[in-house]
Amino acid sequence: MTDILAKDGKQLLLGNEAITRGLIEAGVKFAATYPGTPSSEIGNILETMADKAGMYFEFSSNEKVALETAAAAASSGVRSFTFMKHVGLNVAADPMMTLAYAGVRAGMLIMSADDPSAHSSQNEQDNRYYATLSMLPMIEPSTPQEGKDMIREGYKMSEELTLPVIFRTTTRVNHARSVVSFGTVEYSPAKGHFDKDDKRFVNIPAFAKLNRVRLLELNKKAQELSEISPLNYVEGSGDVGIITSGVSYTYVKEFTSGASILKLGFTNPLPEKKIAEFIKGKKYIIVVEELEPFLEDQVLRICAQNQLNVPVYGKRSGHLPRQWEFSPDTMKGISELIKVEEMPVPMAQCGVKLPGRPPTLCAGCPHRGMYAAAKKAMGNTDHVYCSDIGCYTLGVQPPFNTADFIICMGGGAGAAGGFSQATDQKAVAFLGDSTFFHAGIPPLTSALFNNHKIVMVILDNRTTAMTGHQPNPGTGRAFGNVNTEAIDIETMVKGVGVKFVETVDPYDVKKAVQVMKDALEYDGVAVVISKRACPLELKKQKKLVAKKCTVDTEKCIKCYTCLKMIACPALIKNKDGTLSADVTQCIGCGMCANVCPKGAISEVKQ
Amino acid sequence: MKYSVQIVGVGGQGVLLASMVLGNAAMKAGYKVSMSEVHGMAQRGGSVLSTLRFGDNVISPLECTGGADLIMGFEPVETCRSLSLGNKDSKILMNLDPVFPSMVAAGFEEYPDINELVSSVRKINLHVVTIEATKIAIDAGKAVAANAVMIGAVAATDGFPLSKDLLKETLMETVPEKFKDLNAKAFDMGYDSMKH
Repeated sequence: MTDILAKDGKQLLLGNEAITRGLIEAGVKFAATYPGTPSSEIGNILETMADKAGMYFEFSSNEKVALETAAAAASSGVRSFTFMKHVGLNVAADPMMTLAYAGVRAGMLIMSADDPSAHSSQNEQDNRYYATLSMLPMIEPSTPQEGKDMIREGYKMSEELTLPVIFRTTTRVNHARSVVSFGTVEYSPAKGHFDKDDKRFVNIPAFAKLNRVRLLELNKKAQELSEISPLNYVEGSGDVGIITSGVSYTYVKEFTSGASILKLGFTNPLPEKKIAEFIKGKKYIIVVEELEPFLEDQVLRICAQNQLNVPVYGKRSGHLPRQWEFSPDTMKGISELIKVEEMPVPMAQCGVKLPGRPPTLCAGCPHRGMYAAAKKAMGNTDHVYCSDIGCYTLGVQPPFNTADFIICMGGGAGAAGGFSQATDQKAVAFLGDSTFFHAGIPPLTSALFNNHKIVMVILDNRTTAMTGHQPNPGTGRAFGNVNTEAIDIETMVKGVGVKFVETVDPYDVKKAVQVMKDALEYDGVAVVISKRACPLELKKQKKLVAKKCTVDTEKCIKCYTCLKMIACPALIKNKDGTLSADVTQCIGCGMCANVCPKGAISEVKQ
Repeated sequence: MKYSVQIVGVGGQGVLLASMVLGNAAMKAGYKVSMSEVHGMAQRGGSVLSTLRFGDNVISPLECTGGADLIMGFEPVETCRSLSLGNKDSKILMNLDPVFPSMVAAGFEEYPDINELVSSVRKINLHVVTIEATKIAIDAGKAVAANAVMIGAVAATDGFPLSKDLLKETLMETVPEKFKDLNAKAFDMGYDSMKH
């Protein structure tokens, strides 16, 4: 029903769909990403249709590479876009900081999709500070429509300033859905030419020092643009002023009344004169923004510099929280300062005890088998399970408990080396195939180089699963008229000099246990590749072979080894203690059958 | 006019599709629409919530706690878990067909008695309407049409501002050609089950 390429009209679009439409309207011809929620849908859409819009699109190995490729395009005169989740920008921060010194020739937007409330993230860092840190201009939409419209505005700014622009969103913009009106498509070239200019693009110290001055001057120019930008405007009147941006604006707009609102869309550099003018004569100011007091602290500074003796309320005054995303309910925090719409009394909780429903590894997920094997092989040995960012993070739950330390992509493998050196515990690092290519290779070579005794288990499920099944270097590429071969992980690992390398099928749990035992005993760096495709991906590709498991209740001795080891959601323990397979969920992977000591479970072809 | 629906259920039940149908219908009726969805982790067997708000002047993607005019519950435990989204005057459409969480399936936790769940909700809200959407969908031809049954039932819900014809027409535009008949039948059966 959704048609991003439609000529005109209006559609009910997800924020990320609206942003993708914005790219097309702005004539963007180059886009690169590494998938990460809440930004992933943009990549999924571009994978299917970028070529139809005359745009080159790629999933890069990680965010740093994505930003670098997009930087090259924009430096050659091709409008480019790179997008990632907030923690992805940490990875890409290195090139971004110096790209700011060099600048770009065609427009370039860097989207940072922040995740207040950490819905699907390991932290809720506020990336607006990257804008002040890098001195790059920043824009922030409040709704899907603005998400689309601001893209074009962003490219205009970027080309006028010859700087990349940070396009900062949050989950409730990326994953909001509303009616979006389409605009016309602008032309811009798909191929450019890189005209050499070492003073700009080669930041050796002598040139970097000068480019720092260039950046400061451009920052001043950006501030002048911010003062007159249509993205910063005042609504309503009154002697109380609210300054707000992003999705917070929508809560202010709909659930409060009686204040004059300064809505900021161009949030770095701030329109300082406009803000000072707005504050003048107000009884007080309320700053409404999620996460850190980014605007608030600058507003306080602007008051001080302009000798404005107007109280500023928000986070510093304790009215609004710094943690978690806002909602209409958050507006109650400022109800002593402004009229907030009365909200109904919510129903009480029902009196019945409800079972929890945390997200869990799917039925037939190959990670289940590898985790079961690792635990069995480890036995009572004192250990640290380092894990990583992906579906396998869910191994933190019982009965697996195979995640003791998670910090970031590739971080588990690096930490495992540290644990093996600093403790006498056995260090195991679990990471996925996509994660291996993203940030798993440097810690592997470092472990070899420094002779760390670690076991790296690469959970190769042939896709980037958690973010919605994107291809990665280990799968090869087959979209957008580009076809590449898969990079074989085993060959690669052997190639860097790892002596212990074993590939196992995690559905054969018994075999995997033996391989893990050998790996744990190995004196050096051992790599185990657990290779089996994600069943969800196979289902999508219509390649899943229909099989089911059945339990022979005569043979079953109710030892529940299957439940304790694999804990597959398709295995049902009935009221009478017998076991059965839920046919709606079971894919007949046979992991439960493999661990059954009595051979009571068998796979049946459908 | 302002109307808000909180759609709750489990990943894979078609919560997202149902919210798209209601949202598109609201757009066609000329309303402003603002929705919010949960993506990512939710696909992995967790609870899902989709918020739909429409009216003359809506912009916020989230509703305040207690603010739902209608709670559309695709799964009984999830409906009970989400009661604070509504208030004593909210309408509640409660599907009675359960989806067992993994810890229940493995026998580590118990799934509550359905009748007990319904009566506990009735104690705090007098506008609960129950439906066996999966059962009706199977009668209509296939269990996957349960969300069409639920949309049909919403069309029959007292005070729902969008017409039956508009909802059905939008549903038909949303589903693949080969499932049109099944969904049309499931929609009608859902509607009729509320009307008798």
